[in-house]
Amino acid sequence: MISLMYILMALLMAPFLQGIVNRTKAFFAGRQGQPLLQSYFDLYKLVCKDAVYSRTTTWIFKASPIIGLACMLAALMFLPAGPYPALVHFECDIILFVYLFGLMRFFIVLAALDTGSGFEGMGASREVFFSALAEPALVFGVATLARRAESISLSGLFGPAAACALPILALVAVSLFIVFLAENSRIPIDDPNTHLELTMIHEVMILDYSGPDLALVLYAAALKFWILGALMVNIFLAFIGLDGPAVIPVFAAGMIILAVIVGIVESAMARLRFLKVPQLLVGAGVLSALAFALVLRLNG
Amino acid sequence: MNNIVDLILVFLILSGFGLLGSSRLVSCIRIAAAQGTALGFLVLAQSFGVLSLRVIFITVAVVVLKGFVFPHLLERALRESDTSREVQPFVGYVGSLVTGVIILVFSFWLGLKAALPVAGASSIIVTGAFFLFLVGLFLIVARKTAINQVVGYLVMENGIYIFGFATVAEIPALVELGVLLDVFVAVFVMGIAIYRINKAFDHIDSDRLRSLKG
Repeated sequence: MISLMYILMALLMAPFLQGIVNRTKAFFAGRQGQPLLQSYFDLYKLVCKDAVYSRTTTWIFKASPIIGLACMLAALMFLPAGPYPALVHFECDIILFVYLFGLMRFFIVLAALDTGSGFEGMGASREVFFSALAEPALVFGVATLARRAESISLSGLFGPAAACALPILALVAVSLFIVFLAENSRIPIDDPNTHLELTMIHEVMILDYSGPDLALVLYAAALKFWILGALMVNIFLAFIGLDGPAVIPVFAAGMIILAVIVGIVESAMARLRFLKVPQLLVGAGVLSALAFALVLRLNG
Repeated sequence: MNNIVDLILVFLILSGFGLLGSSRLVSCIRIAAAQGTALGFLVLAQSFGVLSLRVIFITVAVVVLKGFVFPHLLERALRESDTSREVQPFVGYVGSLVTGVIILVFSFWLGLKAALPVAGASSIIVTGAFFLFLVGLFLIVARKTAINQVVGYLVMENGIYIFGFATVAEIPALVELGVLLDVFVAVFVMGIAIYRINKAFDHIDSDRLRSLKG
């Protein structure tokens, strides 16, 4: 029951986090900012419109927003809330969880290439390059959590931690935060606000989408933000060792705080120089690898 | 991971990675300073139960020398030269980080193999020692600026130092101070050498010194 409620909360609240990020950025810039529910208005507006398709595109272009959203919905099913198991869980579902993101990315990249635009191809190339660098960090981070909790199912990963594991969890959390920023194309890896700039990554791949398709892409992106963010909030829950019915409200509050942190990072930092991005992502991988080695040595 | 010694060792390893990944010379010097300070506290934490005058003395000496005096000397040498960052090292920064991971794995393997004579020592102390030692060596080989090479030397020395009290429980204070004095003189001389190199050649790029051959 709780896991069902939890999925509903994710489906309803995911676009809300974008509003919080935008509000935080507006606050730091001294502006009033958009309404908190602006993302919902945008989605509604897009759903009411018609889609326009270029003659170059094939069925891949039309299918990939649906596949992307389906991947995110599937990933959501595996996502536990702290110590509560997810709706669906089985042994080794962490591998499936990690590669559902890969599948989504694969289809977005295919669709970007499908449009035949050189600009989108460039964005696709960058996306693939950076996510290949971010993947070791994510996999090592999840592997560390699995070794610590001695469970290879995502649902068993976030049980209350013994005090001795806290530095390891902190390393993993920092590493996953960088992966989170990279996967969601936020500053300092990518700037979600720039359009028609030669350095953008994610936005360039979805330039050709319009109407309901764009709504699907945006909603899937919001869910991705939620799911990857939930990993970090769950680590935090394991950190403070919370259990019982208080988990759900604390979890929701944690997601909002995470969105505020993202807003603060975006206000305080500039986007990294393009050549520096691989260094940051490899650095995240290093943190994860160190955490993994430590957890093997100290818990093993 | 149950005590403060492990925490400090993790911090030392992280600082090693920081040195491998940063191109600005000032931040390299600052990270090395933080590493030296942490090393001093490692001495203190290692012998927390038996807080003797000798331990306090060594801690203060290490922190003052490695945390303040060396960085100060290096920063002065840096100010004199017009260099602010390492532009083209022999091994790039991403390559250095990956090498660091390989060194880390190798050090963990060594840590598993090495049987410690000191009872109750942290289980990753040998790992930390070898990691810093190898990272220091790597920095000396892979970087061109003289400042970074001195930093690499210091990091290597830190590694040897940690290995020292992983294997021998109580090194006499006189020996430790002798080692510190040696390092101090070495850094002092290298600082002067960097200053002189900069005066004579207008750069501190050790790779370009082969034009000395005439």
